[in-house]
Amino acid sequence: MAQKLTFIEILRRALDEELTRDPAVHLLGEDVAVGGAFGVTKGLAQKHGAQRVRNTPISEAAITGVATGAAICGLRPVLEIMFIDFVTLAMDCLVNQAAKYRYMSGGQLAVPMVVRTQAGAAGGAAAQHSQSLESWFIHVPGLVVVAPSSPVEAYGLLKSSVRLGDPVLFIEHKRLYAQREAFVPDGPLPGIGTARIARAGTDVTLIAYSAMVGNALEAAEELARSGISAEVIDLRTLLPLDMSTIAASVAKTHRAVIAHEAVLNGGVGAEIAAHIGHELFDELDAPVTRVGCPFAPIPFAPELERALLPGTANIVAAVRELSS
Amino acid sequence: MTASAPTLDDWKEMLRTLWRIRLFEGQVQRLAAAGEVPGFPHLSTGQEAVAVGVCAHLTRKDSLFTGHRGHGHALAKGCDLQATFAEIIGRDSGLCRGRGGSMHLVDADNGMLGATGVVGGNLPLAAGAAWAAQVRGDRTISVVFFGDGATGAGVFHETVNLAVLWRLPILFVCENNGYAEFTSREEHSKVNHVSAFAAPYGMPAKTIDGNDLRVVHAAAGNAIAGLRDGSGPFLLECMTYRLAGHYVGDAQQYRSKEDLAAVQEKCPIERLKRQLIAQGVSESELAGIAEEAKREVLQAVEGARAAARPDPSTVLEYVYSAPSLSATTG
Repeated sequence: MAQKLTFIEILRRALDEELTRDPAVHLLGEDVAVGGAFGVTKGLAQKHGAQRVRNTPISEAAITGVATGAAICGLRPVLEIMFIDFVTLAMDCLVNQAAKYRYMSGGQLAVPMVVRTQAGAAGGAAAQHSQSLESWFIHVPGLVVVAPSSPVEAYGLLKSSVRLGDPVLFIEHKRLYAQREAFVPDGPLPGIGTARIARAGTDVTLIAYSAMVGNALEAAEELARSGISAEVIDLRTLLPLDMSTIAASVAKTHRAVIAHEAVLNGGVGAEIAAHIGHELFDELDAPVTRVGCPFAPIPFAPELERALLPGTANIVAAVRELSS
Repeated sequence: MTASAPTLDDWKEMLRTLWRIRLFEGQVQRLAAAGEVPGFPHLSTGQEAVAVGVCAHLTRKDSLFTGHRGHGHALAKGCDLQATFAEIIGRDSGLCRGRGGSMHLVDADNGMLGATGVVGGNLPLAAGAAWAAQVRGDRTISVVFFGDGATGAGVFHETVNLAVLWRLPILFVCENNGYAEFTSREEHSKVNHVSAFAAPYGMPAKTIDGNDLRVVHAAAGNAIAGLRDGSGPFLLECMTYRLAGHYVGDAQQYRSKEDLAAVQEKCPIERLKRQLIAQGVSESELAGIAEEAKREVLQAVEGARAAARPDPSTVLEYVYSAPSLSATTG
C-alpha cells in the first residue's frame, strides 16, 4: 500500500532528499528554518543544519540577489518567496540579473537556483496574496517556469528543478497544499519542458497547469457522461512550453480549450492559442478557446471570490459551446 | 596579493595599473566619440585609486562585483586589457563574447563575477558570493563597488542588514564621488556620509580619502584581513571625484569650472607620483612607467579593434543550459 502524502509533505521530502544528495543545495527564505509559513521546510534545519536551511529577514530583493550570487559561485540555492505577489519586490534580480547571467557573461556563469513560491486564489486571501502572475515570467528569456498540478508531480518536478542549471520559478498553488496522493518514489524524474497527458481522449484537448489540471480532469469526467471524450494535457512547465505534446493532441482532437486561473489578457493561454492558430490552423474544427479569470483583482468576500474564479463548470461550458 | 607593507616596487606596479586604467578609459572615450563604442560607456577617470588600492589585496579566488562604472575594477582585478577592450567594443574575443559590454564585464577565471547596470543590484549578488565563500570556508572574500547613489535603493539597506546578520565576508566599497548621475549628493540625501548607514546595522565602517592610493591600500588591507579572519562585513567609503562626466558625452553643465580645476589637484596618479618622488624615484622612471602602460594599452586597443565581430548566427547561444530549453519545444 503506497503511502499517502500531502503536497506540502511531498515538497518537504523532495527537498530533504536533494539536501542529502548534494551538499551544494541550500535553502533560504523567511522562516524556513522553522518550517516556513506553510510548513514545507519543517524539520529540515534540524536535520541538515542551520547553515544549509537559513532564515532571512523580510527582504525579498536582497535574498533573491543573495541566492543568485551564491548560485553563480557554486551553491544550488532553493529560495522560498512566501507568496508570488511578493516576487514583485525581487523583480530586478530575477529579470535583470538571474535570467541574464549566463547570456551576459557569454556562458561563463550560470544560475542554478530555484525560487519556490506559492500562488493562486483560495480562502479569501484577497488581492495581494492570491495572484497568478506566471505569464510575466514566461516573457523573460533565461528563466524557467514550472507549475506542478499534484503532489506526485511536484515531487519529481521540484527535484528536476533543483538539478537544472538555470533559474527556475517553481509555482505552488495554495489550493493544492492539502491535497493528498499515494506516493511511490520510482522511475526517472520528469524532464523540464515536457508536458504529460493526464487523461487520454479523442474529441477535444483541454490544456491546463497547476491546480486547474484538477478542474480539467473533473470537466473531462463530466463531459464523458455526455459522450464527449476529452484529452487533458498537464503542461507542468510553462517556460519552456512543450508544443510538440500539444500539437500531437490537437492534431488528433481538432479542438482545444486552454484553462488557467490567471486573467486571460497576455496570459499563458494567449501564447498557446497563438501557437496552435499558426502551427495547427488546418487541423482545427473550431476556434481555440480560453478559460481564465475575468480582468479584475481577486476579491476578498467568499461570494465575490467564487464569482470571479474560473472552475470546472467554465471548462465544461467552453467545451459544450465548441461542440454545439 | 600584497602582503603587509608594500615595497617600492609594489607601489610602482600599482602606479602602472593606475595608468593602465586611466589610459584605457581615455581610449574608450576617444573611440566612443568616433562612434566605435556601442551603448553608454561610463568612465571612472579620477577614481582609479579606489580600484587599485582595494584589488591589490585580492586573489583571483576572491569575488568582485561592480556596477555600470566598472572598467577600472575589472582591470585592477586582473582582467586582460585586450579582452576587456574587445568586450567594450563588442567583439567575439571580448570577455563575454560581446554579449555583455561596458556595463556587464564578467571574467569568471579572475573572480570578476559581475557588473550590473541597475544601481544597487550588484549588492546582494556580492553578498551571495560571500555566503558561498563562507560555506567553502577557504578565507576568500567578496568585494562590491558601488556609488553613493546606490544607498538610495532599498536593497542597499536590505543587503547590509543581512550581511551583518550572517556575518558574511563582504567588503562594501562605496565610491562617493559626490554625484548620483547628474545630481550632487546634497540634493539626494541629508545623510552626508555613506559610512553613517553602517553603524545602525552594527557594521564597522570608515570614510577615507579615496584619491590617495596609500590611504586606500592601508584601509582596505586592514578591512580585508579582518574579513578573512571571519570578523564580518565592513564598509569602506572612499571619497573620490569623477573627473569625467556621468557617461561619455556628458557635457557636465551641472559642475563649475572651479570645481573641476580643484580636483585636478586631487588626481590620484599625480598624488602617487609626488609621493614616489619624495621617496627618491626619478621623474624619468615614472615617465617610463606611464609610457609602458601607454604602449600596453594601445597594443590592446588595436588588437581588440582588429578582432572579429560576433557571428550573428550565434545570437541564441547561452540563453539556457541546454538547447532543449529554448522557449518553445517541438
